[in-house]
Amino acid sequence: MGAQKKGAAARVSEDAEDLARHPLQAILLADSFTTKFRPITLERPKVLLPLANIPMIDYTLAWLESAGVEEVFVFCCAHSKQVINYLENSEWSSHPNFSVSTIESHDSTGAGDALRLIYERHVIHGDFVLISGDTVSNMSLTQALQEHKERRKKDSNAVMTMVVKKSKHSPITQQSRLGTDELFMAINPDTKELLCYEDKAEYSKGFISLDKTLIADNPSIVLHNDKQDCYIDICSEEVLSIFTDNFDYQHLRRHFVKGLLVDDLMGYKIFTHEIHSSYAARIDNFRSYDTVSKDIIQRWTYPFVPDVLCGNSAIKVERQGTYRASEVTLSRSAQICPFTVIGQGTKIGNDTKISHSVIGEGCSIGSNVTIEGSYVWNNVTIEDGCQLRHAIVCDGVIMKSGAVLEPGVVLSFKVVVGKQFVVPAYSMVSLLQQPTQQDSDEELEYADSSSAITGAVDKVNGDATSDLSETRYGPTSELGTGGVGYIWSIFEGGNDEEWRHSVAPIPTDKLAKIMLEKDKDEELLTQDGNVVSPSGDLKSDSDGNASDNNDNEGSYVSFEKEVEATFLRAVLENHEVDNAILEVNGLRLSYNLASVDCAGAIFYSMMKWAVESSHNARASELHKNAAAIITKWKKLLKYYLHGIDEEIEVILKFEEICLESCREFSPLFPQILHLLYDKEIIQEEAILRWADEKEGADESDKVFVRQSESFLQWLREAEEEEDEEEEEEEEEK
Amino acid sequence: MQDIQALVNELVYKLRKRKMEGSDTSAQLTVELLRSVISQQKMSENQAASLIEAVREIGVKLIAANPVELAVGNIVRRVLHIIREEELSLMAKAVQGMGVDDEHNNGVKDNDHVAKILTRSPSLHSLLDSAKTSSNSKGKADKIANLKLKNNVLEAVNYLIEDIKICHEQIAEQALELIHQNEVVLTFGRSRTVKNFLLAATKKNRSFQVFVAEGAPKYQGHVLAKELAAKEIQTTLIADSAVFAMISRVNMVIVGVHAVMANGGVIGPVGLNMVALAAKRHAVPFVVVAGSHKLCPLYPNNPEVLLNEMRSPSELLDFGEFSDCMDHGIGNGAPLLHVANPAFDYVPPELVSLFITDMGGHNPSFIHQLISEHYSADDFNLQQHTAS
Repeated sequence: MGAQKKGAAARVSEDAEDLARHPLQAILLADSFTTKFRPITLERPKVLLPLANIPMIDYTLAWLESAGVEEVFVFCCAHSKQVINYLENSEWSSHPNFSVSTIESHDSTGAGDALRLIYERHVIHGDFVLISGDTVSNMSLTQALQEHKERRKKDSNAVMTMVVKKSKHSPITQQSRLGTDELFMAINPDTKELLCYEDKAEYSKGFISLDKTLIADNPSIVLHNDKQDCYIDICSEEVLSIFTDNFDYQHLRRHFVKGLLVDDLMGYKIFTHEIHSSYAARIDNFRSYDTVSKDIIQRWTYPFVPDVLCGNSAIKVERQGTYRASEVTLSRSAQICPFTVIGQGTKIGNDTKISHSVIGEGCSIGSNVTIEGSYVWNNVTIEDGCQLRHAIVCDGVIMKSGAVLEPGVVLSFKVVVGKQFVVPAYSMVSLLQQPTQQDSDEELEYADSSSAITGAVDKVNGDATSDLSETRYGPTSELGTGGVGYIWSIFEGGNDEEWRHSVAPIPTDKLAKIMLEKDKDEELLTQDGNVVSPSGDLKSDSDGNASDNNDNEGSYVSFEKEVEATFLRAVLENHEVDNAILEVNGLRLSYNLASVDCAGAIFYSMMKWAVESSHNARASELHKNAAAIITKWKKLLKYYLHGIDEEIEVILKFEEICLESCREFSPLFPQILHLLYDKEIIQEEAILRWADEKEGADESDKVFVRQSESFLQWLREAEEEEDEEEEEEEEEK
Repeated sequence: MQDIQALVNELVYKLRKRKMEGSDTSAQLTVELLRSVISQQKMSENQAASLIEAVREIGVKLIAANPVELAVGNIVRRVLHIIREEELSLMAKAVQGMGVDDEHNNGVKDNDHVAKILTRSPSLHSLLDSAKTSSNSKGKADKIANLKLKNNVLEAVNYLIEDIKICHEQIAEQALELIHQNEVVLTFGRSRTVKNFLLAATKKNRSFQVFVAEGAPKYQGHVLAKELAAKEIQTTLIADSAVFAMISRVNMVIVGVHAVMANGGVIGPVGLNMVALAAKRHAVPFVVVAGSHKLCPLYPNNPEVLLNEMRSPSELLDFGEFSDCMDHGIGNGAPLLHVANPAFDYVPPELVSLFITDMGGHNPSFIHQLISEHYSADDFNLQQHTAS
């Protein structure tokens, strides 16, 4: 069926346009392969859930149509029959120049399966737009497509362009306004190539790691944490074959994008396109459902707003942004606050107050009802005196008089809440019982087989009325007298984070708690040193300098640690000496220290490494190790030894090392000193000056001078000889 | 007929999805669509009535698709008016013919009917028309009369199409009489009519200065300033908020509008009222240029006239920069920052000094006269008629 429609559409477009051009195609995934909208999605697919009284998929299709897409393949999996039925009866089935065909699957468990199936059908020819059916946007594709095509001409490995948008995340909860985790992206600002894509999971620890080759390969990199992934991708045909080749790819971002970024072999590249004035967002959880609904009501998605999008133009925008359909029966004393949508045929009683809410079609709302920030879908009955705050109420729900919904409650289809019953915050209530055995694979769709569930739904629907009468006086119901439905035990994972993704705003006490924890974390961080060390050992040596962070002493200690870490990395990863110098220089500048400190720190690192790399404490091996390291890294050390003063500093440092941190060296002091002299790291003048300075010191300080007395003696004699020779030379002249 | 349906749907779709903006294009497309509707309309017993019904039906759909685009409704009503006028003139001819030949045959009944129509006081146009063409036409068969009606209507609609096309030139022809040497003209935003008007005034080497207010938030004034400078007109671009400061140096304000209402008030781009008030305060003439297709027979207090359209806030500010102010997850969930972006402004007739249309210059109080000449009162309310 799809192929036929496709042929027809192609012919039409060929007539209209030149023959060489392919019609722009799109794949719309009408299944998000997640369980975030449970329990609602047990009975209705997510894409058909109303967003300001219009099914989500209509927003997506309307956008695709207006963006110039001519052919859309809707991939349906869960509740595929419902999606197909809806599309067949909608305006989209008979639209000229815009064909919508459905591809049905019953066993797909992720986007990867879907794309592999589409690949097998051979329906995609050329570039296509990949989008899920829960995305709302009004961006223009022209520029993004053109950029994509131009890049493709130059580099056939540029397989995908990802649309991103600036959106600041909350500094407290570390999540975006759409309720998704903070996202971190590294982008090359010149080419817009995406280099790194990490969601919060990895870097919540306080740091992220970048592959060093990224920095080597790109002249500049910009790291963003204020970008929002719009989940609108412009893909080349190859994307489908990549999915087919990598049969384990399932998730578009977690597997595909990251897989491509890590994989150097094929060299595929992903680019980004940032949109500024236009809008794009994906509804991923209840929080984004709330946020996007409010954005739509505030007309950010113009022209995809209820009064324009709704077919018969029955909705009118009134003052202060209230949308009211025709034939609404409104009591005079009812108060409708700004930014509210009221659907057709709804009746609202006396003294009822509705604010920031969406009320569906055919609802009947009694008197003295308070509805605040809630989403009431179609044909809902709310009796007198009910209170709803930040709740989602699905089709056909009945709320008996005086019932209260606390923030974050979701009532699924046809639930009945008993008189005066208070539904506790964040409850999920459904006529269906919570699936007892939890899928091990979280990615799995709402229900593995929709048939079983649909059967159950049918049964429930059939029995609803009888159930009602049976349970009306049943005191056993979970929802008060006369209530029908099961309260699901809160969140399967039990991680107590339901407030993050709920429709309700985050309660202030929660925020305060997070703030407190965050402050603690930050204190810890500052205690551990000014900068988070990349080596990861944060805990040691933090006690002494917590109080005087800005003190020179403190910063020198942390500097020394940094240098040590840098040196270790250089050794372990076999860096070039020049690179190591660069890194140490960077550290020196950021700590505002002199090169003399660098020399000390580097020498310290070298010696420490020598100790650590020796397997036993035998002096001979230690000496050998130290010699090898000094030989290898003498250039690094020499770089910071500009004069006698620095060299003396190194000797003093060495003394300190022998006395304090690495006592193993103390017997080897003269040998190492000799070695430094031999390798021309330290000049004899420096050694002699050091010996002279020590002359007047305490006896305890002169341990090492005495130890190396013979070496010093030899040096002095050599100097005298030299002097004599020089004198002789001068005399000859 | 299938074709017509498709064409109608396409235009409805374009209007609904706001893919088409500006009254000129909407008017153009509407009248062309209606022309094909009329030409494809099948013969019937009462040709005029069936034509009127067909046009009205489509008109209601088009208006519902985008009620803000008043030009669509205007054109539908104009076409309806044309059909009525042509019917009337044919009828008048028939009466004269009958007066000669069939005076004795069932004349009583027909005369009654015709007399009823004639008492409806035809407008100036139809009187002149019928006077011109009242030759020795004889009573003909209904079919021929119907065919003639259709042809006449199509001809008149073609004139209307032509009128809309050339209205800019006709308006611009009057420029030389209005703009004088060394004058300073202020305009607001960008309107094609105003641009043509100003360019026409440069003929005969007349030199004058133009102040262009940029017209936030669309900033079409920038485009106009560029275009005028390219044609070697001395142009000064100012911010909208600077209009009052500059108005004392201005000799005349010339603006284009979205629609002219029956009471002589105008609907124009947002910010226009402010300009009109400033002009009034300094007694600067406020001149509105508008093609006759922008004449709307409705009054602005009519609830059917949707006066405004709220456009996307993204025209005002960048979403990304302000996204933290719109985090609904914090506080009580109510959006703290709301951005309103209305598209239109209403300027009452008291503030307008002169209208320049393709039919000449008019006082605001004369607009209702123009409207009674171009529209039939029966068509003012299209919706109600279909409902009854």
